[in-house]
Amino acid sequence: MAEIGPPTKVPSEKRSVEGTFWSEPKNRALIFQGIALAAIILFGYSIFDNTLHNIESRGITSGFDFLSTESGFTIIQSLLTYNDQSTYGDAFIVSLLNTVLIASIGIVLTTFLGFFIGIARLSSNWLVSKLAMIYIEIFRNIPLLLQIFFWYHAVLKAQSGPRQIFEKDQEIFFGLSNRGIHLPRPIAEASFDFVLYGILGGIALSYAVIQWAKKRQITTGQQFPVLPSVLGLVIGLPVLIFLILGMPMSFAPAQMGRFSLSGGVTIIPEFIALLLALVIYTAAFIAENVRSGIQAINLGQTEAAQALGLKSSIILRLVILPQALRVIIPPLTSQYLNLAKNSSLAAAIAYPDLVSVFAGTALNQTGQALEIMAMTLAVYLSISLLTSVFMNWYNNKIKLVER
Amino acid sequence: MSEPIMEKSPTPHTHSASALTQISSWARKNLFSSPLNTILTLFALYLIWLIFIPAIDWALLDAVWYGDNTSCAANPEVACWPFISERLGFFFYGFYEKSELWRVDLVCAVLVIGLGALIYEKTPGRKYIGLFMLIGYPILAWVFLYGGLFGLQVVETNQWGGFFLTLVIALTGIVLSLPFGILLALGRRSTNMPIIQTFCIIFIEFWRGVPLITVLFMASVMLPLFLPPGVTMDQLLRALIGVALFSSAYMAEVVRGGLQAIPKGQFEGAMSLGLPYWRTMRLIILPQALKIVIPGIVNTFIGLFKDTTLVLIIGLFDLLGTVQAASTDPNWSIKSVPYTGYVFVALVFFICCYGMSLYSRYIETKLNTGHKR
Repeated sequence: MAEIGPPTKVPSEKRSVEGTFWSEPKNRALIFQGIALAAIILFGYSIFDNTLHNIESRGITSGFDFLSTESGFTIIQSLLTYNDQSTYGDAFIVSLLNTVLIASIGIVLTTFLGFFIGIARLSSNWLVSKLAMIYIEIFRNIPLLLQIFFWYHAVLKAQSGPRQIFEKDQEIFFGLSNRGIHLPRPIAEASFDFVLYGILGGIALSYAVIQWAKKRQITTGQQFPVLPSVLGLVIGLPVLIFLILGMPMSFAPAQMGRFSLSGGVTIIPEFIALLLALVIYTAAFIAENVRSGIQAINLGQTEAAQALGLKSSIILRLVILPQALRVIIPPLTSQYLNLAKNSSLAAAIAYPDLVSVFAGTALNQTGQALEIMAMTLAVYLSISLLTSVFMNWYNNKIKLVER
Repeated sequence: MSEPIMEKSPTPHTHSASALTQISSWARKNLFSSPLNTILTLFALYLIWLIFIPAIDWALLDAVWYGDNTSCAANPEVACWPFISERLGFFFYGFYEKSELWRVDLVCAVLVIGLGALIYEKTPGRKYIGLFMLIGYPILAWVFLYGGLFGLQVVETNQWGGFFLTLVIALTGIVLSLPFGILLALGRRSTNMPIIQTFCIIFIEFWRGVPLITVLFMASVMLPLFLPPGVTMDQLLRALIGVALFSSAYMAEVVRGGLQAIPKGQFEGAMSLGLPYWRTMRLIILPQALKIVIPGIVNTFIGLFKDTTLVLIIGLFDLLGTVQAASTDPNWSIKSVPYTGYVFVALVFFICCYGMSLYSRYIETKLNTGHKR
């Protein structure tokens, strides 16, 4: 009878198989990683060595002292005061602010345009949906650089100069020339601060209204018109304060002198061209994301909502969009990141953003490629990192809790 | 008495609706079904009249098709197509030696034939053609384009330009990024080797987080510092290295998506057969993964193709660069010439990129990976 029980121990045989060390995957992994690490270190060291040698032989200074030396160039658009005695460090800050400016305005505008085109693409009106499709296909398949050149050279630079358009001493409240868009400069008087407080107050109040409306809906089931009240608070309240205080703001228009304009605010054509190209290009991609997000929602949702007798605008707003946003937001944030990175194409038309001023002019002047490129790359990498962190947080927040 | 439930009564034969009725009923349903829809349709028609009609007039109906710069100068408000036809050689070949153009033609012809054979499904020996196009063809192309061997005259890379340079950059980018991307994706998934995994993650996230322009600036300015003294690298090679590193990071993410879609059973089946790691990858996993992500690979290639225009900023003359340079020619300083040039480049890119995206959509429906509504 065979014994039932734990197998009897067989005296261990001496393993005499060749290469047992190598047949253990753990050992192979260790050796492989060791070789890889050695190769990386060796490669890195040789680059390091070459770089040190080349820097020395070419007489390039190293270190970050250049950030406090005078730059000697001017920047055509700066949100802070900047002249040619400002330092390279100031140039870095100013050009970084320019990048942030165009990226933030671009993101807001392209979201509106992209959602509009994406929903138009799904319209039941054949003509509207076909026009949206043509828009998407055209602007997705043409390189962004070409679109920037088109808007800059073909549209904005093709305008006539101010001397041809405006007469001497003419006051200009809105003008378009090859120097850009001319707008009057708003001059705020002292009591204008209350209008700004009104905006902050409006935002705080609307936050409270949103919370109250949510609670009310949970307890009583009644819907509150949240969007009109938020708009009324954030926009209407400051406007009301503005009117009550007697309109404490004047506009100083640009005035045409003998040769050029003075006063007023001029939006440079580089900014307009880059903004237009970025917004139109990214909106085409966002429209596709919106379309696929809405189409990812099961048709049953729409049909059930229709069976309940809801209007199609209500269906879109209350049933489809909340679910579609779950699918749309991750690719949407990567499109935002693309827009921020694509703003670096400003170098092609000399819009003074981070790459164009810092990694372009400053690098050419100081020759300190390593420090400057390291700072530029650090900026873009931190933007990417922040976006990934946000996306991970968002995905975790809206993750469907499965039973 | 109950009536029969189904009565077979002959339906009277009616004429099928006339064409006008069909069109008007379609229009009523799709264009004018509600007051809002009617307003939208009218607005869309207005947009078409405002934008498309003048554009078609400018580009096609009223444009100057034949002649030379005098006929264009006489009509500066319409497109000037003779500018394109006269400089077409420059737009395609760049500054390449006039006597050696046959080499470019040969390389392009082999490319077209090879790609056509790969796309057409019934070609015999498609796998070997694919391997040749990936490995043998690049070597062949560089030998013929640069010269130096077999008695061919050397044509320096600063003479390369135009659409052929666009193709060189894009194809080199894709050919180099595929193997590196696969290796990076496999490395990123190798949890048993944390050093390699960390290196791959850092590499991928670094190259994906920075704009291509900064990569090109880096390659153009910093690479000479990294090289041992005395070694020089010409401008095109630096740009190609930058583009290859950049696109291999994006390719790695695409391939990683494909690898994640392979069910675990495939790996386990291979292990149970005793296949070592690289044989598993080569014979079982990678063929399936790459087939799944062909649309993703084509999309990456479309993006790369459009991004080749950025080499303009580091001084290389791709298609956009040559057209821009040609439009500054004093013989052709007519108002319509830059616009015509830009429209021409836009058309070329649109045809190439839209064609590729149509192909990728076709593959996607064939492999049934699209989602239905």
